[in-house]
Amino acid sequence: MAKRIDVSGLTAYYGSHKAIEDISMTVEPRSVTAFIGPSGCGKSTFLRTLNRMHEVTPGGRVEGKVLLDDEDLYGTHVDPVAVRRTVGMVFQRPNPFPTMSIFDNVAAGLRLNGSYKKSELGDIVEKSLKGANLWNEVKDRLNKPGSGLSGGQQQRLCIARAIAVEPQVLLMDEPCSALDPISTLAIEDLIGELKERFTIVIVTHNMQQAARVSDRTAFFNLSAVGQPGNLVEIDETERIFSNPSVQATEDYISGRFG
Amino acid sequence: MSNATITPQGPAADSLSAARLPRWSPYAIAVGAVAAGCAIGLGAGLDSRIQWGLIAAVLFVLGTFGIATKVEGKRQAKDRVATSVVWVSFILAVVPLVSLIFETVSRGVKVLDVFFLTHSMGVVADYEPGGGIYHAIMGTLEQVGLATVISVPIGLLTAIYLVEYGRGKLAKAVTFFVDVMTGIPSIVAGLFILSFWILILGFSYSGFAGSMALSILMIPVVVRSTEEMLKLVPNELREASLALGVPKWRTILKVVLPTSIGGITTGVMLAIARIAGETAPVLLLVWGNPLINTDPFQGPQSSLPLYIYQQYQNSGGSPAAYDRAWAAALVLIAFIMILNLVARGIARWKAPKTGR
Amino acid sequence: MDISTKTTAPPAPAEPPAAPLKTTRGATRPGDRIFLGLSRGSGILLLVIMAAIAAFLTYRASLVLSKNDGNFLTTFEWNANNTPPVFGIAVLAFGTVVSSVIAMVIAVPIAVGIALFITHYAPKKIGGAIAYVVDLLAAVPSIVYGLWGALFLVPHLTGFYSWLNDYFGWTHVLEWQGGAPRTLLAVGILLAIMILPIITNVSREVFRQAPLMHQEAALALGATRWEVIRMAVIPFGRSGVISASMLGLGRALGETMAVATVLSPSFEINASLLDPGGGTFAQNIAAKFSEATEQGRDALIASGLVLFVITLVVNGAARAIIARRKEYSGANA
Repeated sequence: MAKRIDVSGLTAYYGSHKAIEDISMTVEPRSVTAFIGPSGCGKSTFLRTLNRMHEVTPGGRVEGKVLLDDEDLYGTHVDPVAVRRTVGMVFQRPNPFPTMSIFDNVAAGLRLNGSYKKSELGDIVEKSLKGANLWNEVKDRLNKPGSGLSGGQQQRLCIARAIAVEPQVLLMDEPCSALDPISTLAIEDLIGELKERFTIVIVTHNMQQAARVSDRTAFFNLSAVGQPGNLVEIDETERIFSNPSVQATEDYISGRFG
Repeated sequence: MSNATITPQGPAADSLSAARLPRWSPYAIAVGAVAAGCAIGLGAGLDSRIQWGLIAAVLFVLGTFGIATKVEGKRQAKDRVATSVVWVSFILAVVPLVSLIFETVSRGVKVLDVFFLTHSMGVVADYEPGGGIYHAIMGTLEQVGLATVISVPIGLLTAIYLVEYGRGKLAKAVTFFVDVMTGIPSIVAGLFILSFWILILGFSYSGFAGSMALSILMIPVVVRSTEEMLKLVPNELREASLALGVPKWRTILKVVLPTSIGGITTGVMLAIARIAGETAPVLLLVWGNPLINTDPFQGPQSSLPLYIYQQYQNSGGSPAAYDRAWAAALVLIAFIMILNLVARGIARWKAPKTGR
Repeated sequence: MDISTKTTAPPAPAEPPAAPLKTTRGATRPGDRIFLGLSRGSGILLLVIMAAIAAFLTYRASLVLSKNDGNFLTTFEWNANNTPPVFGIAVLAFGTVVSSVIAMVIAVPIAVGIALFITHYAPKKIGGAIAYVVDLLAAVPSIVYGLWGALFLVPHLTGFYSWLNDYFGWTHVLEWQGGAPRTLLAVGILLAIMILPIITNVSREVFRQAPLMHQEAALALGATRWEVIRMAVIPFGRSGVISASMLGLGRALGETMAVATVLSPSFEINASLLDPGGGTFAQNIAAKFSEATEQGRDALIASGLVLFVITLVVNGAARAIIARRKEYSGANA
């Protein structure tokens, strides 16, 4: 299922503004990679280049290569729609479709494709909700609107929706920043389970969270406000938090700036 | 695929690449559709260009669907069809506008000259060539001017009431009925003034009667736009003024209104542009008059929209009258467009001040 | 100093520092009282005008309805100048409803298309230009539409009419005897062009407000642009489009001059939209007014009252939908 991501020389723009510059890294399959760094360093922008969501923003464009197991996401003839099916995403604020029920929300991605079996659909929804540790809480009200759930439940619903289409990679853009501590814990546990099946990339502002959930951590920084963000280093999480090779990383982690 | 029994759906699930149509394909399909539309139109001897265009539009949508389904698959095809339908609907809307402007200008310039602008229809029968629209321009300016004089104070004060004072049931009722008033057909406003001013109070047709009906149409527009503008004034400004010990009414007059005056002016001008083209109430209340009558309170007048209608309706199809109608339409449209442009200009020019 | 900003009677402190903080009776100063009185009076005046419209129209209508020798609702005739008068609105109601429905059927899909084009398809600059063009369409006076409709559109419709007759004549609804195409279908097409801008503008606003995060969620699931619109834009904007359409309907129902110039009215009901048959409330008033006696005018006022009530209901419903939507989206924001 899970695939490796190889990024080389990636630069992203908003119109004429360069948001991130010349980033190269490898994201290992079946592991959690965390992106940390100060606000505005481009970690979210970089995340959005990994499933071609960046180009949805007006003026957004990308240079460089993103290889998903040898296939370039930005190659000619690559369909961005297919990319996004393969690389799923969970957003900062939970965003279940307000007009749809819990069931329909999870089934939304499958229905887009149109080629599922009716009998299968219920199983997939159940499996996905179980995968997102939400099944027991919602199994009696699958037909109620998803917007009636709590924030943490909504976010897990969004995760269920993302994994229902069986992507290779799951991108998470600060998935817990809008949630309370208990919900955050539930999501973190879930991430630990999901990495058995998916390649997970998570952007977080919370360094304890990065230390708790990730196998590898990438630190992003920017030299000055208005300058493009860049990748400082990426390494085993343990090393980053105990003995990083770059001074700026240590300064950031020990709270000396950012 | 660890514990999942789901089989990947669709052809694109394993490969990211999919066959895609080249970038220029929509243009190529469009050109082909237009060519085919013309060919079918010529071949079948259809005399109306409207039909040619409709055929081309249908062919464009169908062609896009067919080609995209073959090359890219069903989902992409649906997406492309939606795009082409959206494009077609846009073109469908532009065609009448272009045609209308083109017809008005090309037919209107025939008789439009200084003589036309400075003479009335006093000695000219409707089917004869000659004559002009001086009396109609005078009538329009006076009626619209009077309507503005009536509507602006009432509209402004109502908006101030709703924004600065409005609480409770009365404000809610006023808000609701302003909305409802926006939707009153102009002919009903005309009938109201007719029943009340002419049939019951016994006054005669006059420009002023028309102005009253136009006011009913204009007031809600002024209220709505002024309300929007007043709401944009930041509350800190009001508080700053009040904290200096300035009474509320002076705060409104000296701080709130000057801050939003640009937007309010724009709104009033757009409202004027809207009522300047109204025909129905004028037809019922001002009646029409081929002679110059500069007194809006005494006796029938003419007005530009009414002139257009009467030239069209009462001339028995005379080409001279049609020419005059088009020329008057050109003058009316020019007047309204200039008002619109100036209003928007003011809005843009004043925007940075309040917009921050 | 305690300043309440939005209450109706802020205890405004007096300018000279020596003055007492409380004015007599705890009431506002005269300037405030006069100003509040004026602005509240204007608001009340609007309510009075609305009430007066209903009252005067009803009064004049009642004068003639009691004399009517026909049935106001079912008579296919308009001889209101006769003694006794014979008139009924059946034909007018038929024509008004049919022409407005045709206009809606044509205009709503196209307007939604243009609105989506502006918000989701066109590049930003082009979208702005198109929005401007739509505004220009809205600014053209109805009499000019009427002139264009009568002298340009109608002659161009003959071919279309005969084509409809050739292929769909068997339905009887689109059967054509070959007269001038100044019938309800032509009126409906013209009205569609006229109500396009208002439907487009309101729909554009609601589509623009569709929350980005749901659109991104759909994109991230691998939706195509059309699927994003279907999943995250149209469900959000549906009630907005409905109320926009009703505002357009209100305008189509009451349109006078464009219909009066294009339609050749006939006081009968015809199954075919391509043959003469039907008039509209507003058109009938404009056409019959100049020859009407006082009694005839009262009859026209009676028909105008019906039109007033219909547009009131349609517009009220549209506004109610908008208001409910506001509360709904406000609670979510």
